[in-house]
Amino acid sequence: MIPELGHFALILALLVAIVQSTLPLAGAALGAPRLMALARPAARVQCFMVVLAFVCLATAFAGNDFSVQNVAANSNSQLPLQYRIAATWGSHEGSLLLWTLMLGVWTCAVTLFSRHLPPAFLARVISVMGLVSVGFLLFLLLTSDPFDRLVPAAAEGRDLNPLLQDPGMVIHPPMLYMGYVGFSVAFAFAIAALLGGRLDATWARWSRPWTTVAWSFLTIGIALGSGWAYYTLGWGGWWFWDPVENASFMPWLTGTALIHSLAVTEKRGAFKSWTVLLAIVAFSLSLLGTFLVRSGVLTSVHAFATDPARGVFILTFLALVVGGSLALFAYRASKVGLGGVFGVVSRESALLANNILLIVAMATVLLGTLYPLFLDALHLNKQSVGQPYFDLVFPMVMAPLVFLMGIGPIARWSHAALPDLWTRLRWAFGVALAVALVLPFTLGRWSPWVAAALFFALWIATSSVVNLGARLAHSHRSGLLAKLAANSPSYYGMLLAHLGVAVFIVGVTLVKGYEVEQDVALQPGQNVAVGGYEFRFLGVHPGPGPNYRAVTGTVEVRRDGRLLETLHPEKRIYNASGQTMTIAAIDVGVLGDRYVSLGEPLADDNPSGPWAVRIYLKPFIDWIWGGALLMACGGLIAVTDRRYRLVVRRRSASALAGAAVAASAD
Amino acid sequence: MKPRTRRLAWIVTGLAVLGVAAALVLNAFQSNLVFFFTPTQVAAHEAPQGRPFRIGGLVESGSLAREPNSLTVHFRVTDTAQTIAVSYTGLLPDLFKEGRGVVAQGTLGADGTFHASEVLAKHDENYMPPAAADAVKQAHGATVTKTLVRSGGGGQ
Repeated sequence: MIPELGHFALILALLVAIVQSTLPLAGAALGAPRLMALARPAARVQCFMVVLAFVCLATAFAGNDFSVQNVAANSNSQLPLQYRIAATWGSHEGSLLLWTLMLGVWTCAVTLFSRHLPPAFLARVISVMGLVSVGFLLFLLLTSDPFDRLVPAAAEGRDLNPLLQDPGMVIHPPMLYMGYVGFSVAFAFAIAALLGGRLDATWARWSRPWTTVAWSFLTIGIALGSGWAYYTLGWGGWWFWDPVENASFMPWLTGTALIHSLAVTEKRGAFKSWTVLLAIVAFSLSLLGTFLVRSGVLTSVHAFATDPARGVFILTFLALVVGGSLALFAYRASKVGLGGVFGVVSRESALLANNILLIVAMATVLLGTLYPLFLDALHLNKQSVGQPYFDLVFPMVMAPLVFLMGIGPIARWSHAALPDLWTRLRWAFGVALAVALVLPFTLGRWSPWVAAALFFALWIATSSVVNLGARLAHSHRSGLLAKLAANSPSYYGMLLAHLGVAVFIVGVTLVKGYEVEQDVALQPGQNVAVGGYEFRFLGVHPGPGPNYRAVTGTVEVRRDGRLLETLHPEKRIYNASGQTMTIAAIDVGVLGDRYVSLGEPLADDNPSGPWAVRIYLKPFIDWIWGGALLMACGGLIAVTDRRYRLVVRRRSASALAGAAVAASAD
Repeated sequence: MKPRTRRLAWIVTGLAVLGVAAALVLNAFQSNLVFFFTPTQVAAHEAPQGRPFRIGGLVESGSLAREPNSLTVHFRVTDTAQTIAVSYTGLLPDLFKEGRGVVAQGTLGADGTFHASEVLAKHDENYMPPAAADAVKQAHGATVTKTLVRSGGGGQ
C-alpha cells in the first residue's frame, strides 16, 4: 500500500510540476499576475509530493518490504537501520528520487527566501526549475520507477553494496546532490534573466548567495567522497582522477569560476554575458555528471545502472537543456550586454584570468574524462587516460591561478598599477619565498617541486595577511575589534576560503612529497620499521559483525620504543553478497596519519600464518579535507553578508541610480 | 606605446601563452594515453614492448600461485581464446578472484610475461569491467566467425 502511495505521489508531483513549469512562464510573458502567482504554491505542492514519495520509499526500506524490486535489490533484513535508510539513495532509482527531492527543496527555498524578487522574474525562475523537475520526474516514472513491485516478493534482499555501508557514504550523496542541484538555482536565474532581458548588478546580488551555498555543499560533498575513498578502498589514495570523481569536479571548477564572475557582475556590472554562460555551463556539467555516473557508461563502483534506455533519456534531456539554453543565450545575449570596460591591470583582469584558468582546468579534465568514452562509443579503440596526465597538467594550470589569488584581492577595481602592487606585496612575496625554500629541509628532503608548491600556499597566506592589514590600517574606527568588525562577512568568507586553498595545497604537496608506502609480509609477532615508526603485527582474531564476518588484526605503532597507538584493521566478508571488504585502521594526526590495512593470508588461507599488510605514512593528509572544509565554511560565512538581505530596500534605490549603485559597495 | 598598441600586445601575449599551454596539455595527453589489449592481441604481437598498456579478461581458474612468504603472485589472464601470464607484487584488491574479470596495467617482458604494476578492480561482484567483458566477447566472436568460415568451407 505504501509503495503505491509513493508512486501516486510521484505522478501527482509530475502533474503539478507541469503546471509549475508552464502557467507562470506564460503569465510572465503575458503580464498576467494571477498566472504568475501560481508559481509559489505549485512549487510547494510539488515539493511536498516528492517528499511524500521519498518518505514512502524510505519506509519501504526501513520496513524490509522485499515485494518492492528496489528494496529487494539493494537492502537486506540483516542490514542495520541507518544503512537501510541510506540504501534509499544507494540505488540508481533512489538516488534519482533524491535528486528530484533536492530540486524540490531548493525550489521551495527560492519561494521562501525571494519575496523581494519582482513577480515576473520569480515566476520565470520557478518555472525553469519546474521544467527541470518535469524532466527528472518523467525519467523516474518512465525508466526508473523506484516503487516497482516484485512478484512474487523476495524472501530476502540482495543487500546494499558493502562499499556503501559506511557513515561517509550515508551523507556523501545528499551533500553532493545539494551542490549539483543547487546550481539549478543559478541556472534558473540566468535563464530568467535571458527571458526577461534584464541583467544588472541587482540580478547578480540575488544570484550570488544561492550559487555560493550550492558551491559550499558541492565542496563538502566532494571532500566526503574523497575521504571515503581514502579509508574504505584500502588503497590510501584520496583522489584517483576516476571519471566519477571528475564528474563532480567539473561542476565544482565551473562553479568556482561562476562565483568569481558573479562578484564582478555585482560590483562592477562587467562580465554579464560570461556570467550567464557560466551559470548554464555549471548546471549542464552537473547534469553531465549525473549522466556519467547514472547511465552506467563508466567502469566504477558508482555505475549501478546498465540499462541503455536510461542513458538515451538522460542524453536527450541533457541535449534539450544544454542546447535549449545555449540557443536562448545566443538569441538573447546581445540584450544582456557585455558590461563595463576595465584596465589591463585591474581586479577585473585578475578575475578574468581566474575564470579563464578555471575553465581551461575544467576543459583538461573534460578531455581526459570524455575522450576515452568517445573512442569506446565509436568502437575505435579502447584506451584510458593515465593519472600522470592529470597529475602533470592540472597543477600547471592551477599554479598561475593560485599566484593570482595573492594579487587579485589586493588589486584595485578598474585600474591598478603594477609598481604599486609590487610595493604592497613585496614583503609577502619575500617571506613566502624564503620560508618555502627553507621549510622542506626541516621535513627531511629538499625537492624543487615541494618548495614551489609550498611557496604558492604560503603566498596565499602572506598576501591575505597584507590584505587584512591594509584594510585595518585604512579603517577610520578606533580599536582593533571595531576595525575588524568594519569588514563585511563576505570579505572574511573570501579570506577563509582562500586560506582553505592554501591549507589544501600544503596537504597535497606534503602527502605527495613525503608519503611512505610499504606492502610487507608479516608473521604474527613480527616487527617492521617504516619511516621512523615501528609497527608490530600481533596476529588476527575472528569476530562477528551485524551482517558480516570479520577478521580483525592487531598492530601496535611505536616510536622510540614508546607505544603510540594500537590499530585494528579489518577484513570483512558480508553474509548476503559474500563480498570482501578491507577496512583500514588509521591513527589520525594533524601532522600525518599512520595507515594500516590487511591484505590476505599468505600461507594457504591459514589466518594464523603470515599476512600481507599494507603500511602507509601519510604526512599532512588531513589538511586536504581540512582545506576543503575551510573553503566551504568561507562560502557559508560570505552568504551571511547583510547586503544580501537588504536587497528590498536597495532595489528601489538601484532602480533610480541603475547599476552605478552597485559600484558603491566595497 | 599607444594604449591601443599596448592592449594589442597584451592580447597577443595572452594568446601566445594559451597556445603554448594548449600544446603542452595535448602533448601530455598524447603521451599518457594507455591503450588496452586483449590476450589474443598480445599473443598476436600487437601490443607494444616497453610502453605500459592495459590487459583485461578473466583470471584463469587454478592459475593463481603465490611465491612462498612473499607478496609476489603469478596468475594467467584469459579471454577464453588465448591466455597471458601475469606477475604482480603487492596486495591484490578485494574483488580479485579466480574466474572473475580483471584489468591490469603494466609492461610486457621479453619472456612474454606481463609485469603488472597495478591490478584494477573498481567494480562490484556481479559487474564485469567492460574492458574485460569485451575482451571475452571479442575472442568469442572471433572463434564463432572462424568456426562458421570453417564449416562453410567444409560444405563446398
